[in-house]
Amino acid sequence: MSELIFEKSRSGRRAFAQAPFEAAPPAIPQQFLRNDKPRLPEASELQVVRHFTRLSQKNFSIDTQFYPLGSCTMKYNPRACNALALLPEFAGRHPLGPVSHGQGFLTCMYELQEMLREVTGMKGVSLTPMAGAQGELAGVAMIKAYHQARGDHERNEIIVPDAAHGTNPATANMCGCIVKEIPTGPDGDIEIAALKAVLSPRTAGIMLTNPSTLGVFERHIKDVADMVHAAGGLLYYDGANLNAILGKVRPGDMDFDVIHMNLHKTFSTPHGGGGPGSGAVGVNKRLLPFMPIPVVGRSEVEGKTVYDWLTEEDLPQSIGRLSGFMGNAGVLLRAYVYMRMIGRAGMERIAEYATLNANYLMARLRDAGFELAYPGRRASHEFIVTLKHEAKSVSLTAMDMAKALLDRNYHAPTTYFPLLVPECLLIEPTETESKETLDGFVAAMIDIVRAAKEDGADYKEAPYKMPVRRLDDVKAARQLDLAYRPE
Amino acid sequence: MTELPGDLLYTKDHEWLRHEDDGTVTVGITEHAATALGDLVYVELPEVGQDVESDGEMAVVESVKAASDVYAPITGSVVAVNDDLADDPEKINSEPYGEGWIVKLAPDDEIDESQLMSPDAYQQFLDELDD
Repeated sequence: MSELIFEKSRSGRRAFAQAPFEAAPPAIPQQFLRNDKPRLPEASELQVVRHFTRLSQKNFSIDTQFYPLGSCTMKYNPRACNALALLPEFAGRHPLGPVSHGQGFLTCMYELQEMLREVTGMKGVSLTPMAGAQGELAGVAMIKAYHQARGDHERNEIIVPDAAHGTNPATANMCGCIVKEIPTGPDGDIEIAALKAVLSPRTAGIMLTNPSTLGVFERHIKDVADMVHAAGGLLYYDGANLNAILGKVRPGDMDFDVIHMNLHKTFSTPHGGGGPGSGAVGVNKRLLPFMPIPVVGRSEVEGKTVYDWLTEEDLPQSIGRLSGFMGNAGVLLRAYVYMRMIGRAGMERIAEYATLNANYLMARLRDAGFELAYPGRRASHEFIVTLKHEAKSVSLTAMDMAKALLDRNYHAPTTYFPLLVPECLLIEPTETESKETLDGFVAAMIDIVRAAKEDGADYKEAPYKMPVRRLDDVKAARQLDLAYRPE
Repeated sequence: MTELPGDLLYTKDHEWLRHEDDGTVTVGITEHAATALGDLVYVELPEVGQDVESDGEMAVVESVKAASDVYAPITGSVVAVNDDLADDPEKINSEPYGEGWIVKLAPDDEIDESQLMSPDAYQQFLDELDD
């Protein structure tokens, strides 16, 4: 591990070449002023430049390496989205400024709502949830609010397939619902008989990702929707895998009642570092009154179009406010710019190339002898390889493969998720990778297995070339300590 | 994988149980389950005295990879829990059939062994899972 900037600190050292001119101290009463210096690192400009440049070089990122982390859609985020979202007119906007001063921003937000409505086939969109998990929470809260408003107080069960993201049952639980898990069949589709068995007058709804976390499209979606609706429940669409169907299939047309979208993921904000994100929600007609606020509304005043925040007064049945203003404005702006750049035809190309790349990679790995978890199915935008045979024959587990790939300069695919496939790698190449990159990745996978079989290569200690070696996962989980304390 | 202990009975959810002389039943998870989960970092245990229902959730084991429910193999009540697991959850990985036991249950009724597997039957069940 390298030194922290705090450890490089020497009292009195400064980097002032770019410091602003000396400003007068703020008028703070004497008793509130501190006597000692704040504990901030003191370093020279060159030290700072070197420190952060070195840190950035340790980064394993989409800017430097192929990043096929399944279920995460680590695609290229065009620089233009970032540049335009950072325009001073956007970045410098004060959230408490009068609405009349923010009409440009509000126009973008209104149009973003409209574009998302169109691409998902829903009837209304609220941009306010600030992360995917909060979008999920909003979705299930709306389902609950809908049943409550109808006096249907018994409905408190949420059905979740066993392949679902862990956030789904967690969300249902947070909303005070009981989770009913249903199994997946051998071909990756939901077991319809099992669904039928759990449906009851207590069913509040079902949470689905389609294509599912197994990387296959749920073929019985219409039957599932009809059955759940007939039982009085609603359908929640987890937008985790929206990238696979953009411009091709719309959750609204699949009869979903509510959907959350990870705008940071599908619509171009660098992600994976813990935020900021955006979990915008789309709803059908039934759930329109319950949308989280604020929503951007449009009206005509004296022949002029005016945009404004809709609040409790406009949506009295709303589940409430999920963020102080409009969610993470920067993420929303990036999504807006991205969608405007890509356009309607571009949306379809995203889905086409995400799917094509995944199927190409899947076919090449299958032909190279890797076992697919669902060999009879076409991949959506991602697919699963299981290393159960390699784990048994040459002790090459999914984790070993992941670490060995790092040494060959490929980010590891998602490992051990979904939980129902043993020794699995969930691989998602995304639409922004070239054929040469995909071929290079296949060659690395093949060579790692070859070296294990022929040369007795041992990957138990891998990675060997990374800034940090194999980490102690148990210690990290049980004794996590991220705080720096000086001696 | 080591050989399955011959004096235990097994469930399809990869729990084992052992009849004790005092009429209670000790329950844990099998080596297969512990290996599949990976290194355990946390175990959530039931309260002593708590009633459990056959196939109902009884405890939670959490590893670096996943959290998983442990189901009660029989209906009864909890007479003891393995408190050592609070500090040493990895005992389940190192000694799944010994120090890594999870709970002791007092069965309500005669145990219906038709729902449980002998070591041979469980081994066969595991072999089929692998194929």
